[in-house]
Amino acid sequence: MSETFLSLDAIIKRFSPSLSVGDQIAARLGAKVETRSVHAVDDVSLSILRGETLGLVGESGCGKSTLGRIAAGILPATSGTASLGGEAVMINGRKTTTEVQTVFQDPFASLDPRMPIGDIIAEGPITHNLITRSDAKSYVGGWLERVGLDAGFAERYPHQFSGGQRQRVAIARALAMQPQLLICDEPVASLDVSIQAQIINLFLKLRRELQITCLFISHDLSVVRHVSDRVAIMYLGRIVEIGETETVYSSPSHPYTRALLDSVPKLVLEDDALVELRPIVGEIPSPLDPPAGCSFNPRCPMARDRCIKEEPQLRAMGTGQQTACHFSD
Amino acid sequence: MSEPLLQVAGLSTQFHTQAGVVKAVSDVSFSLERGQILGLVGESGSGKSVTGFSLLGLVDPPGRIAEGSIRFDGQELVGMPQPDLRALRGKRIAMVFQDPMMTLNPVLSVGTQMTLAVRAHDKVSKQMARDRAVEALTRVGIPDAGHRLDAYPHQFSGGMRQRVAIAIAMIHSPDIIIADEPTTALDVSIQAQILHEMRELAKDSGTALIWISHDLATVSSLAERLLVMYAGTIVEEGPTARVLRNPRHPYTRGLLDSLPATAPPGQNLQQIPGSMPSLLALPPGCAFAPRCSFASEVCNGDVPYLVTGPSAFRCHHPIGEAK
Repeated sequence: MSETFLSLDAIIKRFSPSLSVGDQIAARLGAKVETRSVHAVDDVSLSILRGETLGLVGESGCGKSTLGRIAAGILPATSGTASLGGEAVMINGRKTTTEVQTVFQDPFASLDPRMPIGDIIAEGPITHNLITRSDAKSYVGGWLERVGLDAGFAERYPHQFSGGQRQRVAIARALAMQPQLLICDEPVASLDVSIQAQIINLFLKLRRELQITCLFISHDLSVVRHVSDRVAIMYLGRIVEIGETETVYSSPSHPYTRALLDSVPKLVLEDDALVELRPIVGEIPSPLDPPAGCSFNPRCPMARDRCIKEEPQLRAMGTGQQTACHFSD
Repeated sequence: MSEPLLQVAGLSTQFHTQAGVVKAVSDVSFSLERGQILGLVGESGSGKSVTGFSLLGLVDPPGRIAEGSIRFDGQELVGMPQPDLRALRGKRIAMVFQDPMMTLNPVLSVGTQMTLAVRAHDKVSKQMARDRAVEALTRVGIPDAGHRLDAYPHQFSGGMRQRVAIAIAMIHSPDIIIADEPTTALDVSIQAQILHEMRELAKDSGTALIWISHDLATVSSLAERLLVMYAGTIVEEGPTARVLRNPRHPYTRGLLDSLPATAPPGQNLQQIPGSMPSLLALPPGCAFAPRCSFASEVCNGDVPYLVTGPSAFRCHHPIGEAK
């Protein structure tokens, strides 16, 4: 079995509002100033094996992107460490490695509109001395071709490309840094279905060729199922279930995972079929003030006293995955 | 059988820009019966939203309806004077948009906006309008509606805001609601709630629904009939399940095959090569021909006719009918 590559250890991330001047003075003088912080990621530990793709699924506000940014060394964690092959990704708020790169959701926002795409792709590798300035042209051309674009496009600007092509550029930019770990944060969410399929195929091809390790963040359960070896389900800053993709999808053990899978509309192929929709009741509680005990308890059909009092920890289920629920087995 | 509630025939909507004429909708025809749910599916730029806007006369210059007719309950909407259209809009045909943050006024309380909507068409007292607003909010599942009426849009979550938008659309029990990607901006669990509620509401009130979406699965769980649009034209139409089971147009087939659920995990998806042509310069024949694996000489020259049958399609080389 291959070894652990990315390891996230007891990651906690809180976002606190900056205090007003008055409150700062009051705090200095020893007064009690109430600050409410957003519990974005709450004590998450997980690891990704070398060469593996882990899917990270959750709804908006569950902390999946924040966790991805901590793993990528873009955001410092409030506590806990992210390490890559045993070495911390970030030390004292500075990123220490170029081995992890990110592809972001919106290729309209993540590419500098005033830079030709060739410069966008070459900037990182030149800065980090992976290539020399004179090699840049052929290096960029090679990557453009690899992601299915014409090498001659290097002179063009981002606005001359469609959304799908821009996402190809974003992928080329990340891979040109020759990373070992690729963090994909909703890479296909803003694309049309037919373009989405093209980008997923490109991702599968590059992953095969480069043997790259990947953290694939998405809210789209069917996309994650398609590309991931293992999958982790997040809810309100915590991982509620993690395991082999097929196990989690075919026998979900956390009530939230089950409800989430039930909520996904399926293609209906029978005439006059009355599709039963079984939505989860209620909404995600505010991360400013997460509920006590299990964070899913206000919406859970199985919730009992214990769920309100005691926070469940991840534990192994009979079916193989790990689940944070008092009553699953 | 009497005349359908809504009959659209040969609708073409174009935008005259400096770069040329953008043919957003070309020769679109369909009809809608009372209480029916119709799904309108396509990718970005397929013309599905512009079709919806055209029905309500919401196409602003430089856009205009170039051709065609829209008959609603015996009246012709194309060319109808604005005051008459305004009397229909919101009262008999209502619309729900994708992003409720854009449609709700951020500086007015939800109650104020709802009473405005009521009193725009019905001469009732403020108190009565308020009562109707409370009733409408309760119907879409907003708890404690009486108090929530005084809240502003930013105090609602995304799902709740969309419920408010739906409540406003439902407030006059319109004959038709046009819903333009109403759940796209929402999380799956909230989407499932809204889908469920919309279906119940439509059933209870007899309102017909035009559900515009890019998501085949969502539409298939809701709509009885399906229209598939590509580059401004309807390429296939029929009973939803039938079209999805046995698509005749290669584009519909391609859309279905692009869904990650159709291929075994880790395997390549069947992709449609290329991207949609610019609506400024559509190819002379079938607009899908440049991306189609069945395309031949004839596809590049002639626009295919609509072939009618159990499901209708526009293709020179349709995929065979299943037994």
